[in-house]
Amino acid sequence: MPRRRALILALAGAAALLLALAPVASASWIRPESGGSPNANDISTLYTIVLIMGAVIFVLVEGLLVYSVVKFRRKRGGPEPTMVHGNTPLEVGWTIGAAVIVAVIAAITFIYLPKIKNPPNSSANGLQQLAGEDFASLNQPNPPNGKALRINVVGQQYIWRYDYIGAPRLTENRPVYAYYQMVVPTNTTVILQINSSDVAHSWWIPKLGGKADAIPGHNNYTWFKISKPGIYKGQCAELCGNNHADMLAEVRAVPPDQFKAWLTGQRQAILQSQQALAAQRKAGEGQ
Amino acid sequence: MRGLPDRKTGWLSWLSTTDHKKIGLMYIYATFLFFMLGGVEALMMRLQLAQSQNTLINPQTYEALVTMHGTTMIFLFVVPVLAGFGNYFVPLMIGARDMAFPRLNALSFWLLLFGGILFYASVFFTPPNTGWTFYAPLSDSAFNPSNGVDAWIFLIHLTGLSSILGAINFVATIHNMRAKGMGWARMPLFIWGILIYSYLLILALPSIAAAVTMLLTDRHFGTGFFDVAQGGDPLLWQHLFWFFGHPEVYIMILPVFGMISEIIPVFSRKPVFGYKAIAASTAAIAFLGMLVWAHHMFTTPTPIVVLAFFMLSSFAIAVPTGIKIFNWIATMWRGALVLKVPMYFAVGFIAQFVIGGISGVMSAVFPVDWQLQDTYFIVAHIHYVLFGGSVFGIFAGLYYWFPKMSGRMMNETLGKVSFWLMFLGFNMTFLVQHSLGLQGMPRRIYTYQSGYGWDVENLISTIGAFILAAGILVTLFNAVRSVKVGKKAGNDPWNANTLEWFVPSPPPENNFDVIPRIRSAEPMKDIRREVAAAGRPAGSVAQPVAPGT
Repeated sequence: MPRRRALILALAGAAALLLALAPVASASWIRPESGGSPNANDISTLYTIVLIMGAVIFVLVEGLLVYSVVKFRRKRGGPEPTMVHGNTPLEVGWTIGAAVIVAVIAAITFIYLPKIKNPPNSSANGLQQLAGEDFASLNQPNPPNGKALRINVVGQQYIWRYDYIGAPRLTENRPVYAYYQMVVPTNTTVILQINSSDVAHSWWIPKLGGKADAIPGHNNYTWFKISKPGIYKGQCAELCGNNHADMLAEVRAVPPDQFKAWLTGQRQAILQSQQALAAQRKAGEGQ
Repeated sequence: MRGLPDRKTGWLSWLSTTDHKKIGLMYIYATFLFFMLGGVEALMMRLQLAQSQNTLINPQTYEALVTMHGTTMIFLFVVPVLAGFGNYFVPLMIGARDMAFPRLNALSFWLLLFGGILFYASVFFTPPNTGWTFYAPLSDSAFNPSNGVDAWIFLIHLTGLSSILGAINFVATIHNMRAKGMGWARMPLFIWGILIYSYLLILALPSIAAAVTMLLTDRHFGTGFFDVAQGGDPLLWQHLFWFFGHPEVYIMILPVFGMISEIIPVFSRKPVFGYKAIAASTAAIAFLGMLVWAHHMFTTPTPIVVLAFFMLSSFAIAVPTGIKIFNWIATMWRGALVLKVPMYFAVGFIAQFVIGGISGVMSAVFPVDWQLQDTYFIVAHIHYVLFGGSVFGIFAGLYYWFPKMSGRMMNETLGKVSFWLMFLGFNMTFLVQHSLGLQGMPRRIYTYQSGYGWDVENLISTIGAFILAAGILVTLFNAVRSVKVGKKAGNDPWNANTLEWFVPSPPPENNFDVIPRIRSAEPMKDIRREVAAAGRPAGSVAQPVAPGT
């Protein structure tokens, strides 16, 4: 029976492809970037599961299509095809089949969602003295113990600015800030509050998880927790003007002690430059 | 001879015509012209991205190209070219002598043409550079004081009005002017596609018409709909835009589904498998298509429960879409496939649309989309749907209906050369872009650093784009050449099923001297059977003489 044979052929093809895909699916060019933060890793795993399901469907459908084109060509003097108008059980079957597949994908998504969305606690070897300072928002993500390094990320044409609002401050209400490169402690949960001071931007460091759009008038949130020190690169992902491509960003993860040293240094550098500026201004006024 | 005045000729006859066939042809000529412009813009972008840190095109020009390309392909090619095919073939396929409102029909075309000209006039001033989505506040006067954005706003107004009037015309025509006996279950599937396309246009276009009007008043009259400082909200733009923008995707694909549903049975020598399921799934896709807009906004600050809803509604669309694909393959199953060029493009359509469908489900998984959104993965996805899908389907339709419109066959060999060049070029251009997106390349960037490892794939993509362009040029050459030297087509060169093949090629101005009574979804089969039973030579019934001539 050719129909059964074709089906077996297609299933065998799908199985063969699955075996072939197993090593391929681990290749970096076929999955989203990961390796920096657990949420990026979980997204990559979820993606891979959906990709493999998609690959099976791809092989099945394309297999049937190619098989039909090769097998059912008109032959000279061949018999006219049977005039089939439909087959209700078959049609109901593939409708239910398609619905079941997307339902399974939905279920898997909801299994992975909490791990991707909710930040974990910082590790024991992470930064310890985390201020209890919160963002003024109710819907921010929070680790179970409520302790994280909180950084406010502001998008502007064409640079990112980081306000370390959860760390010792410059003055009463001015946090230490930095541009372009965000320095963070390793093994520490970092929660980002993202907004914009001009047009829409999108914060994205691929190895540290998904994007979060920076929309004027709104706060968006994401988090990461880096275990390996190093530099993680990314760039703005929402067209924000002609030089959108130049709006690069990087996150440098360093051990907590180095982070504290950097923060102190950054604080002093800002204060000094402010004093220098004030002195200049004063000199200017005196003229 | 037929008791009718002679056919009018000359350029004035085109300017003043209300004949749906002439209007249809003008739509097709004009939209293919815009298709060429949009294609050249795409090639310029691909040239710039062929290597890292290329300085061929400056950032301002590049972002203008991004914007012009997207706007052109969507508003000036895919949507109106379908209106063009609809104009030409809806009356012929349902057995009507013209559209319900012929003069309104002419107005629709001229609004489209002048909308396009107005938009392209901005090239001589400052073309817009915000991407075809025109997100506020980037499109607001504070960041884009130049007139390019205004040109786009007026393009949307004019082409939107054109589409709405055209859609009302299709709805009135299809509801009221079908031949005797053509009940809903006997209507050609292309007509189902155009009918639902029209309803979707009527439902979706007011949203973008409102949005661009608000943008216009924000820009020039001091309102603040999208300005945070005045209590407005940039997210409002995104909601209004995508409430139109996603149904727009189905507007661009449903009539093509209809074309494929006409072509596959004809070239499989079998009736379409599951007619009712295909018609019903068209309606289901349109209904669900109105409920998925925020899957374009998964990365915006939006509660998880909302994201989950839009993920599930997007998944739901995969079901009726899958039904169609299975029905098409089942139509081919155990058929007697005649592999002419229209069938090549139809099979290519299915093969590529499947990939776009699968990548669509993948990006509907919202946590996954947080990585994919606004990258080249999405660029690849939309092109698999809109080029691998819609445009390949439009080419299938062009090869299928060219004999009816011109009276001449297109060259088969050139057609196959064109198909293989396009198939190879298309997949070379866009398959690798999935990978670029996964490696972190955002869309709409005018250049990229060399250290990211994106160089090779970008080069492959650029070479593929030029192969694709060569394939398109072969079809255009084929069409221009065949008008003059093509083999005479006769009424019904494909042994087809629907009523447009009953009349001469090209059809006379009044379409039908006698409108046959419809007894099934495949009226031409009934007519051929009648002819055979009456023992008369084939063709004698197909060119009836109206009483009184």
